[in-house]
Amino acid sequence: MNAPLPPAGAQIPHYISEAAFDIHSVAKLTPEQERLYFASQWRLMWWKFKRHRLALAASVFLLFIYATIPISEFLAPYNDATRNTDFIRAPPQAMHLFHQGKLIGPFVYGYDYHLNMDNLKREYAVDRDKLYRLRFFCHGDPYRFWGLFDADLHLACPPHEGIFFALGSDRLGRDLLSRMIYGARISLTIGLIGISISFCLGITIGGLAGYYGGLFDLLSQRLIEVIHSIPHIPIFLALAAIMPASWSPILVYFGITLILGMMDWTGLARAVRAKLFSLREEDYVLAAQLMGARTPRVLLSHLIPGFISHLIASATITIPAMILGETALSFLGLGLRPPIVSWGVMLNEAQNMNVVALYPWLMFPVVPVILVILAFNFLGDGLRDAADPYTA
Amino acid sequence: MLNYLVRRVLIIIPTLLVTSALIFTVMSLSPTDYFSNLEAEMQASGEKVDTARIDFLKKEYGFDKPPVVRYFNWIGGFLHGDFGYSFEYQLPVRDVVGDRLYLTMLLSFATIIFTWLIAFPIGIYSATHQYSWGDYGLTTLGLLGLAIPHFLLALVFMYFANIWFGLSIGGLMDPHYFNQPMSWGKFTSILSHLWIPVIIIGTAGTGSMIRAVRANLLEELQKQYVTTARAKGLHPFRALMKYPFRMSLNFFISDIGSILPAIISGGELVAIVLSLQTTGPLLIRALQSQDMYLAGSFLMFLSTLTVLGVLVSDIALAFLDPRIRMQGGATK
Repeated sequence: MNAPLPPAGAQIPHYISEAAFDIHSVAKLTPEQERLYFASQWRLMWWKFKRHRLALAASVFLLFIYATIPISEFLAPYNDATRNTDFIRAPPQAMHLFHQGKLIGPFVYGYDYHLNMDNLKREYAVDRDKLYRLRFFCHGDPYRFWGLFDADLHLACPPHEGIFFALGSDRLGRDLLSRMIYGARISLTIGLIGISISFCLGITIGGLAGYYGGLFDLLSQRLIEVIHSIPHIPIFLALAAIMPASWSPILVYFGITLILGMMDWTGLARAVRAKLFSLREEDYVLAAQLMGARTPRVLLSHLIPGFISHLIASATITIPAMILGETALSFLGLGLRPPIVSWGVMLNEAQNMNVVALYPWLMFPVVPVILVILAFNFLGDGLRDAADPYTA
Repeated sequence: MLNYLVRRVLIIIPTLLVTSALIFTVMSLSPTDYFSNLEAEMQASGEKVDTARIDFLKKEYGFDKPPVVRYFNWIGGFLHGDFGYSFEYQLPVRDVVGDRLYLTMLLSFATIIFTWLIAFPIGIYSATHQYSWGDYGLTTLGLLGLAIPHFLLALVFMYFANIWFGLSIGGLMDPHYFNQPMSWGKFTSILSHLWIPVIIIGTAGTGSMIRAVRANLLEELQKQYVTTARAKGLHPFRALMKYPFRMSLNFFISDIGSILPAIISGGELVAIVLSLQTTGPLLIRALQSQDMYLAGSFLMFLSTLTVLGVLVSDIALAFLDPRIRMQGGATK
C-alpha cells in the first residue's frame, strides 16, 4: 500500500488487494436484522402483540379464567346446587387474618340470624365469637368429577358445621362464589361455540361470494344486509321463545349457541368477501389456477392463510356480543334455564329494585361479565394491531 | 346522483320483502301456536274445550290456509295499514301499537343524538392526543359502556335516581298521559323521563363509535396532506378542521347504519326493565304468548325502522361524499 507514487505521466500499475474478500459483505445482516428478516409471519405477529401490554395482560387473564373451567368442582367451596337453608340471602363475609391481634390464618366470622318481624327481613349480624377457619385442600361436598369418578376434594372449604360465603348467598342459600365459578363454564363456552359456528358460515359464504362474485355474491350480499338490518335482540327473543319448553336445559344451551352463531356470521362474511376481492387478482392465485388447482384448494391453501389473522382478530371482538347476548336472554328468562348455571341465569335473580336496595351482592355475577368482555376487547385490539405485522 | 338515489331507494323493497319472509318463518317455526296453547290452557283449568269455537277462530284468522297464503295476506295488509289481528288483546295490531311505535322512534333518535354529542368530542380528542392519559382513560370509559349489560345499568340507575333525586323513572311519561293526544304537559313529562333510557342505551353505541372515530381520524391524520398543511405553517386547529375533520364527519353519518340496529335492540331490553311505553315490553309478552301477528308486526316495524335509518344515512352520505355516488354509478 505504501509503494511510492509512479513518476508523472507513467502508467499506474494494476493494483490487487490481498485482503480476503467476502462477496456477501454488503448483504451481510447483523444478528438482530437476521432474526427479524427470517422470522415467520406468526413470530412477527407475536412480537408485535407483545408490545400491546394491555392485550397481553388481557390474554393472561383470559387464559387463567378459561383454565378454571375443567376444574370448577375443585375450585368452588360448595357445589353449585348445595343449599344452606339456614343462610338465605346472607351477605358476603369479609375475610380476616387476625383475631384480637393474633394471626390465625384466613378465617371468617359467623352470622347471628334473626328474622325482623316488622318487615320480615332476614337480618344477619356478624358474631365475633364464631370463628370459622378455612380449610385448604379439604374434603367437602362430594361431586362426580367429569362424570368419571367420585371425589370430594376442594381448594378451600368452611370448617365442619361452619359457613363460608365470600360473596354472599342467594334466595335458596346457595353460595354465590361457587355458582359464579360453575357459571363460567357455560358463559365462557357459549361464546366459543357460537363463534365457531359463525366462523364456518362466514368463511364459506363470504369466501364463495368473494371468489365467484356474480349472482351468488349478489344474493348473499342481500341476505347479509337483511340479517344485519334486523335488530338482534328482538330476533334472539323470537327464536328463543319458539324453543319448546319441553327441551332439556342442555338442548336449550345448544339451541342458544346456534341462534347466536346464526345471527353473527354476517360481519365475518363481509370481511372475508372484501379481502378476497382484493386478493383474488394477485398473480399467485392465477398461477395456482393455471396449474390446475381446484377452487377449494385455491381458497383454503392459498387465499385464506393470507388473511386468517385478520379473521381471528375480528372474531375475537365479536365474542363479547355473544356473552352479552346470552346474559340478556337469560335475564329475560328466555335463555338458559336452571338447573344450568350461567352468569346470565344468576343475574336473572337480580331483576328488580329490591335486589339493588336490599341484596346488592346478587349483582356480583356482572363483575366477571364485565371483566371478560373488557379482556376480549383488549385482546381483539391487540390482535388486530398484530394481524398485519409487516406495517409499522 | 338521481340515479344513485333511485337505485338505493328501490333496493329496500326486496330487502323488506326478504325480512318479512324471514320474520314470518321464524314466527311459524314454533311447533305450537296460540290456539294449541289456548286449548292446553283451557284443559289445564278444567274448562271444556270448545273445539267448534277454536275451529271458528282458526278459520277467522286464516289458520286453515297454508302458511304461504297467510304470509301474503299478512304483508298484503301492510300496504293498506292493516297489520293483522292480535289474538291476545282481541284488537287490531294497529290499535295495540298506538303511541308505542312513535315513542320507539323518538327514543332511538334521541339516543343517536346523544351518542353523537358524546362520541364526537371524545373521538377527536383521543385521536389528536393518541396514547395520552386522556386517550387511555376515555377509550376505557367507552369500552366500559360496551361491557356493562344494559339491563343491569338500567336497574342501578333506577335505584339511584330514586334515592338521590326522588324520581320514579319507570316509563317514558307519567302514566296518565299514555295514548292521550299531545299536550304541553305530556311533552314535558316525556322530556323529563327520556334522559335516563337515552343515557343507558347510548353507552354501548358511544363506546364503539368513539373507537371507530378515533381509528378513522388517526388514519387520516397520518396522510401526507396533513403533513404538508402543517409544514406550510397552517395552524394545527385549522389543519385538523379543514379536511381530516370533514372526513370523520362522513364516518359519523355512515356509522349510524351499524349502530342503529344495536340501539334499537338495546332499547328493547332497557324498555323491558324500565317498563317504557315502547314496543319492547309488548313484544316480549307477544313472543311468550305466541301472539304471532302482534309479535311479527312489531319485529317488522323495528326492522323497517332500521332499514329506513340506514337508507337515510346512505343518502346523506352520498350527498356529502362524491366518491360514493360516483362509485355507485361505475359498477353498473
